[in-house]
Amino acid sequence: MNMTRRTSGTTIAAHAVLIGYTLIALFPVFVILINSFKTRKAIFREPLALPDADSFSMIGYETVMKQGDFFLYFQNSMIVTIVSLTLILLFGAMAAYALAEYRFKGNTLMGLYLALGIMIPIRIGTVAILEMMVSSGLVNTLTALILVYTAQGLPLAVFILSTFMKGVSDDLKNAGRIDGLSEYKIFFRLVLPLVRPAMATVAVFNMIPIWNDLWFPLILAPAEEVKTLTLGSQVFIGQFVTDWNAVLSALSMAILPVMILYVIFSRQLIRGITSGAVK
Amino acid sequence: MTALKLENVNKSFGPVHVLKDISLTVEKGEFVVFVGPSGCGKSTLLRVIAGLEDASSGTITIGDDVVNAVPPAKRGIAMVFQSYALYPHLSVKDNMSLGLKQEGQPKSVIAERVSKASKMLELEQYLPRRPAELSGGQRQRVAIGRAIVREPKLFLFDEPLSNLDAALRMNTRVEIAALHRTLSASMIYVTHDQIEAMTLADKIVVLRDGRVEQVGSPMDLYNNPANRFVAGFLGSPSMNFLERSVPGLAAGQTLGIRPEHLALRADGQISGEVTHVERLGGDTNLLVSTDQGEILTVRLFGQNDTDVGAHIQLGFDPEMAFRFDQSDNRILPLAA
Ligand SMILES: Nc1ncnc2c1ncn2[C@@H]1O[C@H](COP(=O)(O)OP(=O)(O)OP(=O)(O)O)[C@@H](O)[C@H]1O
Ligand SMILES: [Mg+2]
Repeated sequence: MNMTRRTSGTTIAAHAVLIGYTLIALFPVFVILINSFKTRKAIFREPLALPDADSFSMIGYETVMKQGDFFLYFQNSMIVTIVSLTLILLFGAMAAYALAEYRFKGNTLMGLYLALGIMIPIRIGTVAILEMMVSSGLVNTLTALILVYTAQGLPLAVFILSTFMKGVSDDLKNAGRIDGLSEYKIFFRLVLPLVRPAMATVAVFNMIPIWNDLWFPLILAPAEEVKTLTLGSQVFIGQFVTDWNAVLSALSMAILPVMILYVIFSRQLIRGITSGAVK
Repeated sequence: MTALKLENVNKSFGPVHVLKDISLTVEKGEFVVFVGPSGCGKSTLLRVIAGLEDASSGTITIGDDVVNAVPPAKRGIAMVFQSYALYPHLSVKDNMSLGLKQEGQPKSVIAERVSKASKMLELEQYLPRRPAELSGGQRQRVAIGRAIVREPKLFLFDEPLSNLDAALRMNTRVEIAALHRTLSASMIYVTHDQIEAMTLADKIVVLRDGRVEQVGSPMDLYNNPANRFVAGFLGSPSMNFLERSVPGLAAGQTLGIRPEHLALRADGQISGEVTHVERLGGDTNLLVSTDQGEILTVRLFGQNDTDVGAHIQLGFDPEMAFRFDQSDNRILPLAA
């Protein structure tokens, strides 16, 4: 009895902490959302008030839509994020599998080399990357961004995934070999489904920095037709005047796709199909 | 006709020499059990036979073919793993048919073999389920079913019963024996449970430290162990080894007597005090500390009212005792 009461006490405390954290984390998002539906005056008069009949305005969204290129930016961001994530997951998982599964000379060394990127920020190499992109003619293309983000995401992906792949039962892979599955089929059909939660983690970790990045789009792909959403929104931020309605509306819309992707990935995190595989 | 022949097989993992010069044959239809303590290389040997590990040297012949360079799927073997290793995302039916699909068997053949195997193992009602929805014993049967449908030349079992509880283990043991009779297939079975070894095997291979210690039928090994290790490993409770309690032994020699060959006798040569009694109903086990300070186990048939603390005399038939020299090898009686 005492025991149950104490556990329900800790449950309440844990929930209080989590709810508190959620409120703090969501507050800025909430402020952006409500203010994106208000007139400029109302934003500055009462930033925390909900939009009412008086202060409600869609002017921000109208500006963003009229800017015309917004959908192009949006599309660019989507392409860059999704292609980069796909490449990170595919190559990261394959490299991780090789490191975890096969004994070959220099395995450990290779692992360390691939993990090195976790400690060295890729931005240190910006100048060299820019030179490389210029000489290969990739400046102002989405390919440039995709390549850079893939390189940026791979080290952590390899590191996390190889740890998880070492945990996949050897017997299961061996059963596949005896049943005549090729190494590729074992990788895609047996191992990948079992490390899906880890893949989702890696995807979530990589998705948001890529979506939000301003640095590389600004340096490698500033041209109008390849601008990403983050970079595109900058037109509303001026040195002297900032169109806050437009900025807030653009940001509100930028949240949506990441949120959808996040929901998709986090489902994978929760779904566990490993139970019953072994033991 | 031999189903499997190993000649001087060695296996090293880097500097660790795990299998040392293993040579043995498995006849067609034979049930061979590998026993040995944990870490002696039983699983490694099985994996080398299956082709999951390459032998460092030596030849492996399955049927008539040298298979050193043949991938596992083409060796004509099937393996049942200790951890079942069922594919978690496939139904029982798909688990069983995957190997056949990979071989490119026609659908009708696959359906027929799966239904035959599932009937044999009483798995029919579970065919659409996923492994997670089965009990441990059912999963084990699915794993066995997955091996059966491939109709292999050689079955390999790696401790298939060690995750089951005692009652189920007994049942499954009987089922495996029945399976062996029905299929009359060659089987290799790894275990460290000597009861499984004694009850299932046509031939037992005792391994220690990556070496074959002795090969023979269960009764052969029980009656004629080649050395102290084999003598101590088979039989339960295990054999008593005495150095001091029996008069007439040369220095360094050891006398081995099985607990069931000791008897309470007033004129017995060994005297000691009972320190513990286990009454099992059918048997009574006594733990005795001899006057010379050695501990031994006595197995008395039926029920016995000897109590802890009693002073007893034990006798044995010298014919039933084994002598071992300093290096633990058996000293055979001169006149036999
Ligand atoms: N991949 C490996 N690399 C290095 N050493 C290994 C490897 N696999 C096995 N070994 C070693 O080989 C020895 C034999 O292992 P194995 O798994 O064959 O033992 P076993 O007889 O099956 O034991 P158990 O009864 O506990 O299953 C062990 O000492 C183990 O440490
Ligand atoms: Mg083993």
